[in-house]
Amino acid sequence: MDIKDIIKEENKVYGKTPVLTDNVMHYCPGCSHGVVHKLIAEVIEEMGIQDKTIGVSPVGCAVLAYNYLDIDWEEAAHGRAPALATAIKRLNPDKYVFTYQGDGDLASIGCGEIMHACNRGENIVVIFINNAIYGMTGGQMAPTTLLGMVTATTPYGRNAELNGYPLRLTELLAQLDGTCYVTRQSVQNPASVRKAKKAIQKAFENSMKKKGTSFVEIVGTCNSGWKMNPVKANQWMEENMFAKYPLGDIKDI
Amino acid sequence: MAVRGAIVVDNEKCKGCGVCVANCPTKTIALSHEVNGKGYNYAYMANPESCTGCTNCATVCPDSVITVYRVKL
Ligand SMILES: Cc1ncc(C[n+]2csc(CCOP(=O)(O)OP(=O)(O)O)c2C)c(N)n1
Ligand code: SF4
Ligand code: SF4
Repeated sequence: MDIKDIIKEENKVYGKTPVLTDNVMHYCPGCSHGVVHKLIAEVIEEMGIQDKTIGVSPVGCAVLAYNYLDIDWEEAAHGRAPALATAIKRLNPDKYVFTYQGDGDLASIGCGEIMHACNRGENIVVIFINNAIYGMTGGQMAPTTLLGMVTATTPYGRNAELNGYPLRLTELLAQLDGTCYVTRQSVQNPASVRKAKKAIQKAFENSMKKKGTSFVEIVGTCNSGWKMNPVKANQWMEENMFAKYPLGDIKDI
Repeated sequence: MAVRGAIVVDNEKCKGCGVCVANCPTKTIALSHEVNGKGYNYAYMANPESCTGCTNCATVCPDSVITVYRVKL
């Protein structure tokens, strides 16, 4: 059979969702942000909620997320996305409201906001991209950086005595009465991508059930910050990150 | 083979990250020697007859540049 007989509209089994715009993403080649954007867009398309979804983008590499998903957006000050999302959801309870935040944004400067939003049980979705580093600013240590990991600000590796320990914020948030669904996923291969998508969909569905906050951590890569090629970064993540950040549901009520 | 597949890559948008190559179970994809307008070695079907249209490549693609087609024989 000729290739041109296969490449026909009626044989199409997978393509870009129209919820993603045609803009070229500014992310580095292979960056996990692109995969997660796609999953959120696919969930929004499949749930038919494009006109009912409001995203809050962070400070960090995903600051321009509003260029890539064709929905309503607001852009928050660094770490303050959960506070902004609280206001948006309270004023528009019929809208699906989510924040999209990196580990520098959420676990460092925004640690207070996420704690209290989750403790209040705001009916929002939080998508937390943990790549263990500050990507946008050139690869500095984040609270989530692994012990021994070399970054721009830990050139000899993160040292517990000097820099403290990697922060597992997701486990802490699971203990708060305000959270209803807390899970940790990844997107480095087809199976993990499909699981992460299901988790994101569940989180969006929860947000209309007045059950509290749904928190989805995605352990991701920052291949530029880690100074590895994208395929190697995915391997390094599997070999090193998952021991500290084990995948799976932590809370589901 | 009961199915055949094919992919179409948006060459100009592909950043040549190689994640699809690593995740293709049939070794259909390779990065081209040619570069696109941004200087990236984009992905292409190096072994088109081996594609099964499984969608793995498009599922992991961070830039959503791969469209997958499949026919039952
Ligand atoms: C108030 C303030 N402090 C510091 C910065 C500098 N800054 C920009 S992005 C960022 C951290 C980004 O890291 P992360 O949230 O992990 O996102 P990534 O870029 O890795 O996706 C920092 C510290 C800023 N823009 N504003
Ligand atoms: S710096 Fe890191 S997080 Fe930012 S786009 Fe590049 S790979 Fe992604
Ligand atoms: S659809 Fe499957 S077999 Fe075909 S190129 Fe993509 S990953 Fe390989």
